[in-house]
Order: sequence, then structure tokens, then C-alpha cells
Amino acid sequence: MNTQIQPLLSVRDLKTYFMMDEGVVKAVDGVTFDVNSGQVFGIVGESGCGKSVTMKAVLRIVEPPGKIVHGEILLNCKTKDGDCQVVDLAQLDANGAQMRSIRGAEIALIPQEPMSSFSPVHTIGDQIIEAIMLHQPVNKREARQIALQMLKDVGIPMPEQRLDEYSWQLSGGLRQRAIIAMALSCNPRLLIADEPTTAVDVTTQAQVLRLLRNLQQQRNAAIIFITHDLGVIAQMASYVMVMYLGLVVEQGPVDDIFHAPKHPYTQALLRSIPSVNSTPRVELPTISGSIPHPFNKPKGCPFHPRCVKSMPGKCDVRTPALLPVGEKQWVSCFLYHDSEAAA
Amino acid sequence: MMNSDTTPLLQVKNLHKYFPIRTGFFRKTVGNVRAVDDVSFFVNEGETLGLVGESGCGKTTTSRCILRAMAPTSGEMLFRTQEGQTVDLAKLDRRELRPLRPQMQMIFQDPYGSLNPRMTLFDIVGEPLLVNGMTNRKEREERVAELLRLVGMRPEYMQRFPHAFSGGQRQRIGIARALSVNPRLVVADEPVSALDVSVQAQILNLMLDLQKRLNLTYLFVAHNLSVVKHICDRVAVMYVGKLVEMADTEELYHSPKHPYTAALMAAVPVADPRINSGNVELKGEVPSPAHPPSGCYFHPRCEFVMDACRTETPVLREITSNHFVACHRADELKLPGIA
Amino acid sequence: MAENFQVEETLVSQLVSKAEERVSVASNWQLVWWRFRKNRLAIISSMVLVLFYVIVLVPDFFSTQDPEATEAFLAFIPMQGISFFDSSGFNLSVPAVVGKRNPVTLRMEWKIDETKVPIRLFVQGYKYKVLGLFETDLHLIGPTDPKSADWLYLFGTDRMGRDQWSRMMFGTRTSMTVGLVAVALSVIFGVLLGGISGYFGGWPDMIIQRLIELLQSLPTIPIWLAMTAALPQDWRPDQVFFAITIILAFIGWTTLAREVRGRFLSLREEDFVLAADLAGCSRFRIITRHMVPAFMSHIIATSTLAIPVMIINETSLSYLGLGIRPPAISWGVLLQEAQNIQTVAQAPWLLLPCVAVILSVLAFNLVGDGLRDAADPYGH
Repeated sequence: MNTQIQPLLSVRDLKTYFMMDEGVVKAVDGVTFDVNSGQVFGIVGESGCGKSVTMKAVLRIVEPPGKIVHGEILLNCKTKDGDCQVVDLAQLDANGAQMRSIRGAEIALIPQEPMSSFSPVHTIGDQIIEAIMLHQPVNKREARQIALQMLKDVGIPMPEQRLDEYSWQLSGGLRQRAIIAMALSCNPRLLIADEPTTAVDVTTQAQVLRLLRNLQQQRNAAIIFITHDLGVIAQMASYVMVMYLGLVVEQGPVDDIFHAPKHPYTQALLRSIPSVNSTPRVELPTISGSIPHPFNKPKGCPFHPRCVKSMPGKCDVRTPALLPVGEKQWVSCFLYHDSEAAA
Repeated sequence: MMNSDTTPLLQVKNLHKYFPIRTGFFRKTVGNVRAVDDVSFFVNEGETLGLVGESGCGKTTTSRCILRAMAPTSGEMLFRTQEGQTVDLAKLDRRELRPLRPQMQMIFQDPYGSLNPRMTLFDIVGEPLLVNGMTNRKEREERVAELLRLVGMRPEYMQRFPHAFSGGQRQRIGIARALSVNPRLVVADEPVSALDVSVQAQILNLMLDLQKRLNLTYLFVAHNLSVVKHICDRVAVMYVGKLVEMADTEELYHSPKHPYTAALMAAVPVADPRINSGNVELKGEVPSPAHPPSGCYFHPRCEFVMDACRTETPVLREITSNHFVACHRADELKLPGIA
Repeated sequence: MAENFQVEETLVSQLVSKAEERVSVASNWQLVWWRFRKNRLAIISSMVLVLFYVIVLVPDFFSTQDPEATEAFLAFIPMQGISFFDSSGFNLSVPAVVGKRNPVTLRMEWKIDETKVPIRLFVQGYKYKVLGLFETDLHLIGPTDPKSADWLYLFGTDRMGRDQWSRMMFGTRTSMTVGLVAVALSVIFGVLLGGISGYFGGWPDMIIQRLIELLQSLPTIPIWLAMTAALPQDWRPDQVFFAITIILAFIGWTTLAREVRGRFLSLREEDFVLAADLAGCSRFRIITRHMVPAFMSHIIATSTLAIPVMIINETSLSYLGLGIRPPAISWGVLLQEAQNIQTVAQAPWLLLPCVAVILSVLAFNLVGDGLRDAADPYGH
């Protein structure tokens, strides 16, 4: 973590649990990370790792029976006077006025499914204008101008016509761009992109990623990019966090993560994905076993049942803490240190 | 592994599948969705042919036509049967198809929708055996146990229901079901797309292993180019219902000859931050199969377009040995590959 | 390589607990039952329904008098409330009723008296046959002394001196059965026609859908009236009963058919149905083994919710004199006695069949809701 410049978003030991009838699901069990201004921060992990719940916790849209039970979410907000003020989002009322003014204006979400994120009975223009008017002191005509400019910025052809169209009249790629336009309409300093290209084709994905890169550089917005696709992370992010079963297993600059991974899970994951450069028709090294059910979380390090380097007596009893190894990388693994995570 | 017969196991010739668009009170046909538009290819015994393309390209429709889950509009699908005869699957009726069904099976994309949640593993994997004559229960139990072991699952799990298993395990069950009747051709429709990254490798390994052991022939439908490169011997690329290029895998990835193939490959992000990829700006959108452009379907988005491309539809022809392309400028273009 | 897979399974099995083991071999019905069990209201309602259907099986056991015995002398006896305790402990008794002839109207007027008539459970009463099989004279409740001059009128009597309690028992039998049989017939029609419509499509689908639309556009009440009025007057009560049931089913199958058709259409596209087709399953096997079980739990839940509608329909028809007619007994027929306001003012206990209707309808609705939630917890 960068301690010199004040980070834009600082999440400290976040724990979000779901109280179900059958037991408690510890979806996020102690996650700590910092996102700096203008940085593209990638969160990568497989199903059940808690990346989506982390994002929802930051936006305070975790559905019941989920609850943030511990931790801080410190956002560096700009107040009306232009000063910087640190607000702990975990302490705010999720439906309160302050959180609602932050959501959409300071932090915006680019969701996974563009089709279900737009209302089918309102035009695109209406929805973007509504978002703008919620956060900015403009009238409808001015808001429409802003919306028009947004559609142009994201590269939608014939924007005046599109503003009055419905989401189902647009193709997948255009819808995704429209969603990005809506997210950016209030100039947020932090964008959260939750698997924005999982539901689109490869060529559309390339267009969307390029668009996000350009916009991010133009506006110097920070993006938290959540995905399971390691290729996309490698191309987009400058800093990567790897999650597994609700915990952070490794964090670091993207080059270190891909070329010098420390955690056995990261190493195994990188080895197991087929790439266009690997030898074809040869067996891929796999991670044995499968991701455990959230009710069956293993004791100690969550990865130990599948880890080839697991140390019996240590890894199956205590959970390792996330500590630095090297200059900028952090790992939670007993191979590198001996400290236990706080309960 | 030795092929005694060099005729391809499956030969598809000029396959068309159109879905009529009907409007009005009398349901008049006003047009067609040209899901599969004159597709020809072949698959040799024991090899894996990849069928790639983006959504709407017709690869899934092609795979379903081959298995006669739907009847093609026109074209031939010549299949070399176990007995050595060649039959045209497109011309057979339901009754004639039935004895051939065990020779061609499918692995589905969705591990959750492809298994009947109300049947035990024994019922699911054993059903193809039952309807094809193995009525003795004990015999079926033994065979199902053998199949489960073959795909890496414990035979004791026979009594369990699908809801007890993860996505990867369910996919194994689906594979066991497909293999129960000893098929020769297996159509795999995006078999790993819905699985977690770490599980994909397990299933791919399993499929490779089974192919070696049982001399299976795979038609591997996918959109993930890395997976396709890893598992396929040859690859065919589809775009809006047409086959635009087909070649050996190494050859295709190293030197693609169709601009769409090159653009598709260049768009794939590589899992290495030091390699700049996924940057290609392919303008425009995929056209709808109901209103394809004139001439070459790719011409509105192609950077090498010339006049002929707008009017004449290119034919799939063999450029170099075993490398087929449908492009007017295939001879002259030097396109970058990715491997 | 096989060892690789073995390793996976060993690891997985270590983490599987006994509870998971039970769940993994649980069939769909078991899972539905476990979910249903958690719903207290539904369980209580099921017990109420079980009680009702026990009454349906042996109404005589629960009756105290012959339900058809009329005696003008005994008209409008009020309800006799049961006392559970008296000075010497737990003793069931009811207050006696004493009648006096009103000198002006020359009618008998009955009042509750101080004296107690002891009653007890499981007494001997009039003889009857259980399900037409064997004869007995055991009844649930009755006076301790079978030969005593006092009678037991737990729910009072009506204007013809008939014991309402016993008539209610017999009314329960008729009303609950009509509902069940009518819905069963609707289900058969609906699944059959909806299935043909959904599975085959094309011409059968078009014809059946138009038929459904035709039937649904007909106004139901006039149709019922017309059909019941068309029934010959000289038919025996049980024939009328049968006919009413069929008439009710005739209208009710359309909604179910539509739902079944919708389900078939969506199920046709499911991968596991395609897999069965590719394996070589016959159409019949696909329908019966794959498609029908997929929506059976939904059908059962929907049907359970349709029964109370049938009960109310029958009660309404009979109340208006157009359904089941006296001397047959149903709740609607019983309520006919309470049609005019003076009768109700004089003998409010004649409205008790309403309570029975409300209880049964409520119970069915709660059970139906519980079943539906248990069968489709995510409403997909």
C-alpha cells in the first residue's frame, strides 16, 4: 500500500457476513486494500471469492441477510468547499442522504449485465438525465446537453437519436457504452467496473476496454476492475489483488503478480489457464479439487486443502495475515512469514 | 488411433439453416434469419475441429443441425457410420436416425441446465444405455460405475442428485452420459465457458485424455480462442452464418488469411502485462443474421475492403495446403498472427 | 492420471459432513418436504385439512343424531355450549334445553336451562356403516345415558328440527369432496390438453388455445346457472353431485392448461430434454420422465390453491338453490336455511357453515402457499 499519497479509497479489514438459516456465510472475511487516484485496480478471483460482495459493500448495496460486520471503508471525498474529507462509508446509513449523494457522484458502478441495468420502459436519455439531475444543480435542458456529450465521449454514433431510444433498441456493445456514459455522467472519481465485459463478445470487449482506458486517462478517474479473466486484468490493471474464499491472498503491481507470483494459488492459477502461447494439446497443470462450498470453509488458510505446498500443523490451523514481501507485493501465506491474521 | 479409412468421419456440404420471420395475421414469411448460410467443412476421425466465432455467427446452430436436434433447411451432412456406410444425416427421418443416435453425442455448455435435477446420477448416465437396449439393471450399474470412474468421479455417487455437485463435477457427469453409448463423434458446445478458470483446465485435460483412450472425434464449439488453440487440431472461423477461414491450428494462429480472423485474434487479451494485446479497434458492430450486408458479410468493418467485396460474396477456397479462406484478397494480404 | 482425480475426490469427501450426505441423496420431493416443514402455518393448516378429510371419511362417527331426522317440535333449539369442568373435576356436560310453547305464536321456544346433561366421548349412538364396509354404533361424542330424554344439539337445530352439528359433518363430506374431485378432473384435462398444446405446437396448439380463449370469454355464472338448470329435476342427489362436479371442472381446466403449456414450451428448450432426445428417448419417455416431473410440484401447489375456489363456487351455487339440492347436504344447502334475515335473527347458529367454509378455504390457501414456496423457493 502506498502510504505517501493519501489513497482515494482505503478499505481496512472489511468483513461482510450473510446470516442464512443454514449458517453464516463469511463472504468477505478481512479484506484490506488501497486504491489511489487515477489508478486501475484489478480484483481477480473465481466464484465464491467475495469480489462482488466487496464491491457491493463499498457501494453499500449489500442485500440482506448480508451485513458489514467489521471494518472501515474510508473514502476521500471532496466537500463543497473543495477540501478533502475522509468519510467512513461503513458507518453511514446505506439509504441515507449522504450515502446516496456519494453513490453515483463520487463512486459509480458499471455493472455486468447492461440489459438488466437499464429500465426497459424509459429511454436511455431519461435515465442518464435523471442521474445527472440527482447530483448536479442543472435544469433538464442543461442535463440533456451533458448527456449528449457523454454519449459522444463514449463513441456512440448518432447520439441525438440514441438519447431518445430504449435500451432494447441498442446492440450489446452500444448498451455497454451507454451504461458507461451513465456511470461517468457525474464525473465520479472512482469507477467500479463489475465484470463489464463478461457478457460481450471478444471484439466488443476490445472496444469497451479501449474506451475505458481512454476515459480513465482523460478524466484521471480510478477504476476498480473486477473480473475472473486474467487476460483482461493483465491488459487493464496497474495493481492487482487476488482473492480466494473471502480473503486476499496476494496483492501487488500487475507485472509482479504475473511474472513473480508468490502465493501458491496465484501461481497455480496462472499455470492452469490455456494461453495462445502455450504448447497445444498438452495437459495443463491443474489445481486439484474444487472450490469448497461457502458453508464448508476450511479451517486455517482457505486454500490449504488444494495447496501443493501446504504445511500440515500450520496451514490447516491458523489463517495467515496479509503482509508485505518485497517492496510492493503483499501475500498472505505461511511460506513467507509466520504471522496470523487477526480473528 | 490408426485410421483405416481416410474418408472424413463427418463431411458437411453447403449447409443452410434459415429461420423464417413471420408477421401478420396469416403468419406470412417476410424474411429469414440466415443462421447458417452455406457452410462446408469436414472432420477427420480422431481429431478435434474447433468451431469459433462470436455470438450470432451460427456455430451453435451448426452443431445442433449436425446432431439433428433440428432439421437443416438444405445441404448435406455425410456421416461415416460404424458399419462403414456413409449416410446423409440431413435426409433421414426420425425413425431412421434413431439407431445412429448412439454414434453422435453432445456435451452441453450449462452444467446446471443439462442435468435433470430430479434424476440421480445413475438415472442420468444410465438413461442412454436403457433406451438403447441395456435393460438389465445390474449391467447398467456396472457400466455407470465404470463411466463415473472414467471421468474421475467416485462410483458411490451414483445415488446422489445433481444438486450435490459443483459445476465442474456436473460437467464430468454430462461427459459420462455422452460417452455411455460409445459415440464416435462428440459435439462439445462451449463445454468450459460456464466453469471457473481453475476448473476449466481439469475438464480440458479430461477431454484430451478421453480422446486418446477412446479415439473420439470432437467438434469443439467455443468463443474462447485460447482454449480453442489448446485443444483443437484444426479450427474453422464463422462470421454471421458463413465459414470464413479453416486451417490447422498452428497455421491459423500463426498466419491468418482472413481479416476477421486476424482482428479476432488481435482482440484477445493475453494474460501477460508485458505483451500489449486486445488493442485492436474493429469498428462497427456484428450485423444481424436477418439483414446481412451485400457481398462479403464482413466488408463494412474490413480495413482492406475493395469494390468487389461489396458486391460479390467470396467463396471458401483452398489457399495453401489444408488452409481454406473466403476472401477476395486472401492471396495478397499479409496479416499478423498471434503465435 | 487417474490418481489425480482420485486425489480430488478424497479431498472433497473429507469435507463432506453427514448432513450434506443426507442432502445429496435427497430427491426433489424430500427437499420440498423439508422446506415445507419449516412453515408452521402450513403445517398447522395441513393438520386442519387432515381433520376435515377424516370427517369426510366417517361423518357418522362425528355426528350425534341422524342428520335427516326432522321434528318440527324441535325447531330452533339454540346451541349447547360444552362445559369441561364442574364441581367434581373434569366432566363434560352441556346445559339442558327446556322448551315452552309460546301462547301467542303457538311455537316452541327453547331456552338454555341450569341443569346439566352429562356427556362423554366415544359413546354408543345410532348404527351406521363405515365406508359401507362394517357396521358399528360408536360415535365421538354423545350423552352419557343413551336412553336419556335429553338430546345433544351442539350446534342447535334449524326450522325443521334437524341437528345442525350432524348436518355440518355430512355437509363437510359433500363440500370437501366436490372441491377435490373437481380439481382433480381439471388437472387431468389441463395437463393433457396443455401438454399436447405445448409439446406439439402447430395445429393442435392453435385449436386448443382458441378453445381455451372461447371458454374463458364465456361469463361463468350464467353458464353455471344454465348448466345446472338444465339438469333434470328428477335426478338423484348423488347424480346431481356428480354433474355439478363435472360442470365445475369444465370451466376450471383452462387456466391450468395455459400454465402447463407455458411450462412445456420452456422445458422443450432445456438442455437436459435435448440430451434425452439425442440419447434416443421416445417422445413419450421425454414427456413423462423429464417434462412432467419438472413441473409437477408446481401443478400440485397450484391445484391446492384451486380447491378453495371450487369450494366457494359449490357453496354459492347450492346456496342459490342451483347446485346440490336438498335432501343432499352441503354447506351451501345448509346456508340456504339462513337466507332470510328473520331466520338469522332468531337462530344465528344457522350461519355456522360459513365458519366451516372460511376455515377450509383458509387452510387450503395456507397449505397451497406453503407448497408453492417449498417447491419453487426462488420462483423460477
